[in-house]
Amino acid sequence: MTSAAEPAAPYAGVPRQPDHGPDQDVPRAITAPATPGDRVFRGVLRLAGFSVFAIMGLIAFFLILRGTDALRTVGWSFLTEQKWQTAAHNFGIAAVLPNGLLIAVIALVIAVPVAIGTAIFISEYAPVRLRAALVSLIDLMAAIPSIVYGLWGLFFLQPRIIGFVRWMANHLGDTIPFLKVRIGDINTSYTSSTFIAGVVVSLMIIPIITSLSREVFSQAPQGEREGAYALGSTRWGMVRRVVLPFGKGGVIGAVMLGFGRAMGETIAVALIISPNFEAITHILENGANSISALIALRFGESDSLSLSALMAAGLVLFALTLLVNVLAGIVINRSRSGAATAD
Amino acid sequence: MTTLDLPPVAPPGPAGAAASAEPDATGATDAPRPEKKLRIGGVTRDDVLTVAGAAAGSLALDWVLYERVLPFSGAFGFLICWYLFFLAGYSVLGRLQWNPMMVRDRLVAVVAWSSGLLVVALIADQIGYVAGRGREAAQHLNFFTESMEHTGPLDQLTSGGALNAIVGSLEQLGLATLFAVPLGIAAAVFMSEVGGRAARPVRTLVEAMTALPSIVAGLFILGVVIITFGFEKSGFAASLALTVMMMPIVTRAAEVVIRLVPGTLREASYALGGSQWRTVWNVVLPTARPGLVTAVVLGMARGVGETSPVLLTSGFTSQFNGNPFDGHQVSLPLYIWNYVKQPYDGMIARGFAAGLTLMGVVLVLFVTARVIGGRRPGQLTRAQRRRIDREARRLEAAAAGAAAGPYPLRPQGQP
Repeated sequence: MTSAAEPAAPYAGVPRQPDHGPDQDVPRAITAPATPGDRVFRGVLRLAGFSVFAIMGLIAFFLILRGTDALRTVGWSFLTEQKWQTAAHNFGIAAVLPNGLLIAVIALVIAVPVAIGTAIFISEYAPVRLRAALVSLIDLMAAIPSIVYGLWGLFFLQPRIIGFVRWMANHLGDTIPFLKVRIGDINTSYTSSTFIAGVVVSLMIIPIITSLSREVFSQAPQGEREGAYALGSTRWGMVRRVVLPFGKGGVIGAVMLGFGRAMGETIAVALIISPNFEAITHILENGANSISALIALRFGESDSLSLSALMAAGLVLFALTLLVNVLAGIVINRSRSGAATAD
Repeated sequence: MTTLDLPPVAPPGPAGAAASAEPDATGATDAPRPEKKLRIGGVTRDDVLTVAGAAAGSLALDWVLYERVLPFSGAFGFLICWYLFFLAGYSVLGRLQWNPMMVRDRLVAVVAWSSGLLVVALIADQIGYVAGRGREAAQHLNFFTESMEHTGPLDQLTSGGALNAIVGSLEQLGLATLFAVPLGIAAAVFMSEVGGRAARPVRTLVEAMTALPSIVAGLFILGVVIITFGFEKSGFAASLALTVMMMPIVTRAAEVVIRLVPGTLREASYALGGSQWRTVWNVVLPTARPGLVTAVVLGMARGVGETSPVLLTSGFTSQFNGNPFDGHQVSLPLYIWNYVKQPYDGMIARGFAAGLTLMGVVLVLFVTARVIGGRRPGQLTRAQRRRIDREARRLEAAAAGAAAGPYPLRPQGQP
């Protein structure tokens, strides 16, 4: 297609480029002038491509614009105040932000082993005929609406998990302080907690981590796999020494992506928790919160300062998830390009 | 790759050679044994029985300890304990017949299988549970033909339904698709066809935008359309918020399939003198069509279930509103969100029925996407192949007819 290796023979009728003498023949750069139609076409495409920047920029701009009121009212205490009393000009994210992160961390602790196990299962252990169906099933799990996860978590999971939660609180609570439940031993002490919200969110991030990890696992080079087997490795030995090291970068990126998703998860969390406004130290107790749940539950308040405060909280969430997701994207792209396996 | 776990060096025991160990061959001394085909891998009877034995034994132990001896309760804890007992029992049983390394190998295989089965069970359970609880209200036909306008909280399930939410969801989804698809596909074409230095940051940003918290998209539209420009909450505002969610999904999926279009097709088009615009429009996009449809449908499946953007922007109403540009308009996720939080059984049943409807819509979209997207770009359907065959035969016949003329095009009988 290109003319890089064009012979320097003098073609009759082809005008020479004026800068070069007859003994300095160099390949001509072939540049077809774009037709006007093409120029318009490229312009439109470029516009569409840059619209992504525009949308993200506008999101940041309007969140800042709308959140300034609240930030100006409370200043730096927005980052240190735990309460959320907008009427009293006394609000901040020092409780909702860490509590939301706690939900995401619990979700990761549950989701990562299951997701990596499932990814290994699909790419290494499942019968070949089943693999395509399993991959579709994981994609379907990612497409199930979050409100359905919320319904399931609230009506199905919560009544059935209370016994387990009570057991953890009573038997492990004394040795592991954050599992203790300090309020009375009735059922509602154990519901609507950070832990249960974390369990439901973990189900929502399992498909994300699984499908990305499976993708990198299945790209592990066939030659090295067979080499491991030829050296007498068991299947687990092969997975441990070939597949897992190869997929490490991709898995780390997938976990980060899952963390970003878990931080931003709204509806399932908002359905399950009963909101509280102090930093959580005991994850099994009734009461939890996150920035997104706070927004979903409080946006109905009509005065402009309340809305502005929510916008400011949304800005923090936006910045955090953007940071995590961009980092995850960079890690994943590096692992895809093979840079991670160069050592 | 430094060290590898070594295989068992010992002569194959009953488990390792179970497939080839034949009763008549074991006692043979010098007689040339007939060569048997060695079965590599596969599942032997020992494997199955070991798993079954471990499962049964651990179930019994779990039942005795959990239900009779210790003061625990709840199905969840029972299952977890059963699983832990099972793993322990399996390693003990395995240790009786295999060496430690094989035990470890089998144990990991069992853990991988069980995590895969767990995920499958979770999906089945979610779909089954929502379907089961949703049937109660969805079996009354009025659920699909009435809105909630004249229905009070204690009315029977034979009154009121989700028609308003179904129509609202479809209209908002339609509008959002209308905005998101051209924008998303154009951005994808930009990244793969125009490229240049700008393509990389655009790609990174699109990936980050895919994971944008949905509540932020809602907050953004709330801040722009409703607070800054002063419009009322409406289905249109909701569809804008959905556009922000769907566009990156469409873009990413579309870019992947556009990249799969063979470069030779593009070059052929350029060689024929086609402009870039013509190449993309007449060659690249048609070749990638099935994949593009999949991208769009997957984006729709994601968009229709989004709750939080809709929650902030469309406004709730129990009345039927067919006009997305004017007044509050409820959609299925918002309908569910609103009714399952009420303390009335009938309302919760309606919420579940709406959940079932929503799952149905998502499933239909998802299956459509899979069916269409099963082919690689350029691979033809049977109907397309038949049409091309017919065309080829016609040309063949024409050529055969022309062969009688002074210039035979090709020898008879050769394709």
